[in-house]
Amino acid sequence: MSAVTETSLNLQAAPRPKLGWLITDSMSVSRRHLLKITRVPESLFFALIQPVMFVLLFAFVFGGAINVGPGGAQAYREYLIPGILAQTVMFAVAGITVGITEDAGKGIMDRFRSLPMRPGAVLAGHTLASLLQNTLVIGILSVTGLAIGWRIHGTFGEAALAYLMFAMFAYAITWVGAWIGLHMPNSEVAGTAGLAWIFPFTFASNIFTPVATMPGWLQPFVLWNPVSCLALAGRTLFHNPVPMLGHSFPERYPVELSFGYAILLLAIFAPLAVRAFKNRNA
Amino acid sequence: MTLAIKAAGLTKSFGDVVALNGIDIEVEQGTVLGLLGPNGSGKTTIVRILATLLKADSGVASVAGFDVVTQPDEVRSVIGLTGQYAAVDEYLTGRENLELFARLFHLSKIDAKKRADQLLDRFDLSDAADRGIKGYSGGMRRRLDLAASLIGRPNVLFLDEPTTGLDPRSRQGMWEVIEDLVADGTTVLLTTQYLEEADQLANKIVVLNHGEVIAKGTSDELKSQVGGDRIELVVGAASDLPSAAGLLREFGSGPATTEPEIRTLLLPVSGGSSAIVDVVRKLDENKINIADIALRRPTLDDVFLSLTGHAAEDKTETAGAPKGRRGRKARR
Repeated sequence: MSAVTETSLNLQAAPRPKLGWLITDSMSVSRRHLLKITRVPESLFFALIQPVMFVLLFAFVFGGAINVGPGGAQAYREYLIPGILAQTVMFAVAGITVGITEDAGKGIMDRFRSLPMRPGAVLAGHTLASLLQNTLVIGILSVTGLAIGWRIHGTFGEAALAYLMFAMFAYAITWVGAWIGLHMPNSEVAGTAGLAWIFPFTFASNIFTPVATMPGWLQPFVLWNPVSCLALAGRTLFHNPVPMLGHSFPERYPVELSFGYAILLLAIFAPLAVRAFKNRNA
Repeated sequence: MTLAIKAAGLTKSFGDVVALNGIDIEVEQGTVLGLLGPNGSGKTTIVRILATLLKADSGVASVAGFDVVTQPDEVRSVIGLTGQYAAVDEYLTGRENLELFARLFHLSKIDAKKRADQLLDRFDLSDAADRGIKGYSGGMRRRLDLAASLIGRPNVLFLDEPTTGLDPRSRQGMWEVIEDLVADGTTVLLTTQYLEEADQLANKIVVLNHGEVIAKGTSDELKSQVGGDRIELVVGAASDLPSAAGLLREFGSGPATTEPEIRTLLLPVSGGSSAIVDVVRKLDENKINIADIALRRPTLDDVFLSLTGHAAEDKTETAGAPKGRRGRKARR
């Protein structure tokens, strides 16, 4: 160990309000996760390939068997893309669940918790990085959709609102993933559990097939399911085919309801996750 | 004397398992306290409580004068923690890791870069600074981890089994680093299950077993609890042991014990090196062949054995640990 004269650095943190530190700390943590994506580009590649595969499968393999009203195959493709966007937003949650569990198992979480940083920043930074990755995936998916015949028929403002809605919901739902990740014993369990709860929400929904084709006892769940609302809201804002079941509240106000769900999820799970982080093993 | 760490009556249970059952600890500023005990004795739990990672069920603790429960931010800004697992990001480079932690320690961007450079240099990691941690050896990871815990120049450093799993050379290197830090005035709380490590580094030692303090004192004080020096004699043939024991009885301060499988006789003595001369002469006169002879001070292993009735370490964890009752000669 070479003896080095350490020039005096200012190791005292400048005074700053707690909110200010929360923001800078979150940026530092989120930079860590973005660097990680550049080191393991495979993770991003597979995050992209999976939804694209779903698009191709449903557009060309299963889609012919699903009737969403007049317009045939072209109508189904337009129906499909907002659904796949909603599905992608859901599936991305599993990644953060595993990531958080891995960090906790490796001791880096203890390092974070022993630093004078804002405790919420570890999760805020991670969810922020996840949002940026999701945004990229949503972008690529939209391009894929356009390539196979999906079109945005609404105004620019409506489309922008739709993307804002997907991004906001994506951000909110990653906090659920983070909260689950903090309770998992190891990353193997996290990988399974992180996906398990997503499946019923993703598939018992209107993303691939119209609600009318489902049994009556299931329809209320499907209608109120946040994933259905999100897909329906996307279709409404993009002016894609919207086969209506009736005039229930979720069918009349899908956009409002989607934003409402996002705010609700954030309001419940962000504090829960931060508390779980602070009290880990306590 | 100022106390850097003060804990009184700490208790902690995990479900039905009592991890800590009323622990009192005091560490003076600028000294090293070794927490010594087998796995599950509560060492890590104490460190986690003092480092604000875990809340005790009862009891109070303060670090550098700050209460660990009511002033966690103040505590965190004066401590460094190195745990059993290298707490760094695998996918980042050494430099990126240090800069990340420095930024989270709220250094400015420029200061964070400078501090990372200083630490990389100090821990001989400059050459590997821009490589991913994945390619680091165990010793390098541990050094980086220690470097990360020193970013804020902590007054109090917690080292939780800092050399577990390291090869002897890396361990020696780690000891030198820790000795340097102490020389600079850092207070260190060190946990270890290696008796040799506590002996080497700690000013004072607290021996833990099942969440309770079973002994405390300096290394010498603990050793004196199990008596003075011993002569460790290996004879040429195991059949010579009974006669050797009879011949040497007059030199011993207590009864000799023999271990025929390893042709060894242990004789407690008070005369130190003059006793060894008497023993050699006596055996030579009686034509008993000496394969090896040494004067041995009691080790902390002996202390642990006499305090608890069983050895300090469990077998599964110690493969490769550079110690053992045999082969250790008196060091001082």
